[in-house]
Amino acid sequence: MKSALLASIVSFIIAFFVSYNLNAASGAPCGNYLSESGLTKGQCDSAEVDPTDIASLQRGAQIYMNYCLGCHSLKYARYKRVSEDLEIPLDMFQENLIFGDQKLGDLISIGMDSKESKVWFGNTPPDLTLEAGLRGPDWIYTYLKSFYMDDSRPLGVNNKVYENVGMPNMLIGMQGEQFSVCKQIPEIASNGGIKQDPLTGEQLFVEKCGFLEVKKGTGTKTLEEFDQSIKDLTNFLAYMTDPMKKERETLGVYVLLYLFIFTILSYLLYIEFKKDLH
Amino acid sequence: MVTKIMNWFDDRLPLTATIERHLTKYPAPINMNIWYLAGVLLVVVLVIQLLSGIWLLMNYEPTAEGAFASIQYIMRDVEYGYIIRYMHTTGASAFFALIYLHMFRGMMYGSYQNPRELLWVVGWITYLLLCMLGFTGYVLPWGQMSFWAAQVIMSLFGSIPYIGEDLLIWIRGDYLISGITLNRLFALHVVLLPLALIVVIFVHILALHEVGSNNPDGVDVKKFKDEDGVPLDTKPFFPYDIMHDLYAIGVFLIFFCAIMFFYPDGGGYVIEYVNYEPADNLKTPDHIIPAWYYTPFYAMLRAITFPLFGLSAKFLGFIVMAAGIAIFVALPWLDRSPVKSIKYKGIYSKFFLVLFVISFFVLGYLGSVAPSPAKTLLAQIFTVGYFAYFLLMPIYSKYETCKPVPDRVKLS
Repeated sequence: MKSALLASIVSFIIAFFVSYNLNAASGAPCGNYLSESGLTKGQCDSAEVDPTDIASLQRGAQIYMNYCLGCHSLKYARYKRVSEDLEIPLDMFQENLIFGDQKLGDLISIGMDSKESKVWFGNTPPDLTLEAGLRGPDWIYTYLKSFYMDDSRPLGVNNKVYENVGMPNMLIGMQGEQFSVCKQIPEIASNGGIKQDPLTGEQLFVEKCGFLEVKKGTGTKTLEEFDQSIKDLTNFLAYMTDPMKKERETLGVYVLLYLFIFTILSYLLYIEFKKDLH
Repeated sequence: MVTKIMNWFDDRLPLTATIERHLTKYPAPINMNIWYLAGVLLVVVLVIQLLSGIWLLMNYEPTAEGAFASIQYIMRDVEYGYIIRYMHTTGASAFFALIYLHMFRGMMYGSYQNPRELLWVVGWITYLLLCMLGFTGYVLPWGQMSFWAAQVIMSLFGSIPYIGEDLLIWIRGDYLISGITLNRLFALHVVLLPLALIVVIFVHILALHEVGSNNPDGVDVKKFKDEDGVPLDTKPFFPYDIMHDLYAIGVFLIFFCAIMFFYPDGGGYVIEYVNYEPADNLKTPDHIIPAWYYTPFYAMLRAITFPLFGLSAKFLGFIVMAAGIAIFVALPWLDRSPVKSIKYKGIYSKFFLVLFVISFFVLGYLGSVAPSPAKTLLAQIFTVGYFAYFLLMPIYSKYETCKPVPDRVKLS
């Protein structure tokens, strides 16, 4: 009996860890993206999303409406909800972030015909309302910063995360021209340390290709500013997938508090009734 | 006054008798432990699912064109719609987690043995209905995984020799999974299956109250009664067991709400990430995996990689998978042990039960990841392990030495 019980408990713990690890590995992998150190390939950088950072969400919405909405609809969401959640006054939102004759209560749709855009880009630009749920914010963030110049592609750019993607680099004006370059990086020994020349003690280097480097002076923003901008944009898309996250978690705290009190009271009641039995 | 009203009812309906039989005088063994809570929690989840389901139904649109958007409408535009939906998705996972615990309890303490064979069979039917409810409900959001999971599972019927292809078209109502398929699965999910589930659960409880609850010692508590004819080692279900259950429901709801409010995706297990994309019959997802509660059986399906006796590997896999679900119903007749509880059974029973649990979890893991040759071999080994528990039971349960069973329950 005890052994069977023990075995089942152990199995549950194993199952928990397995699922926990799977969870950690979830989210789409980042293609051929090489991390800054050059040590990992295909691992996304963290977008550090924060649904409570309203200023970041507002900046993200601004970039989205100006740069992305031409092709990518947010057709399950409504303008009004965005303006309320992001604390942007309705009239200001209407004036600056809604184009054409769309109303505040409308869904955020686009005018581009999906059949024609398929011919133009090879694929219809997807709706992005739920993209952060599908691929994860980290993927979006890494993807957006991984465009590089590639003359072999019809639009002149390629992407490390999504090889041969049909999308042009809309943010190239901000970021500037980015190239895929080779770099000398410290050689790593099998034990994980930095490899040194056994005779001179000097550090050994190897050449590795696929690093991304922006040509200085070609963009309107500095590297840090651009990075912040796409973080804002990613943050906005993460909000788009899960707009009720903040409300849900606030409500959840109250629900759990209530349940704790309920459980304690029911426990005391149970103890009281149990006294009858002995 | 109250007595008068009760008398009025009692003349027309067996009200007092029913209350006494099922609540205030239903004898619950005093040594019931934590494993016995799954049953009452299942009833709680049933109520959660029925209520949240009705409210979802008020806003859901069962068409291929509108289903996906209507889910987002519920999530975004319906007041507290997201709570209703997450309640239903979390409830689905909780339903299966609890029913597996409930079934395992029965297997551990021999709750399927005489006189509870029918109770076990009826319980197995509820599990079957639940599997169908899970599958049909999973298709309704009409996301990529909904569509492709339906495609994979329904295509299994196509592997049946001779009639397969025609049967498949008959089941789908179309040459592909389409809006027509969605509509019929919707009808089953919201009308026929829940109705059947309620009836079967009602019968399950009736049968339970006829034969009485088993207990961790597997002894018959009705053997020793006091002068009023009440079994000695029992307590009235109401209020004593109810109070205990109320406390358990509180603890359960804390876990339930923690997931519902803070991790509604459940790390991709409660709601799959791939389902954030609307169904597209031209674009197959990289890995098609079923919901976590089916993964052990999915692993069995994939474990069969060779054709045999002129039958295709797919059809054989389908049979093995169906057998994996169906074999539970045979337990009362496979177990030849003179004792019920694993506490007093011999070493072989313990070994095979542990083997079963390990096989179930390993298969569950293997069913949720992409296959590789090594993983397929593992799946084959543990499929054998899974069935060994059942198929060897008539032998090992008969010839092992059991410990003596006490006359009355033991309180630890």
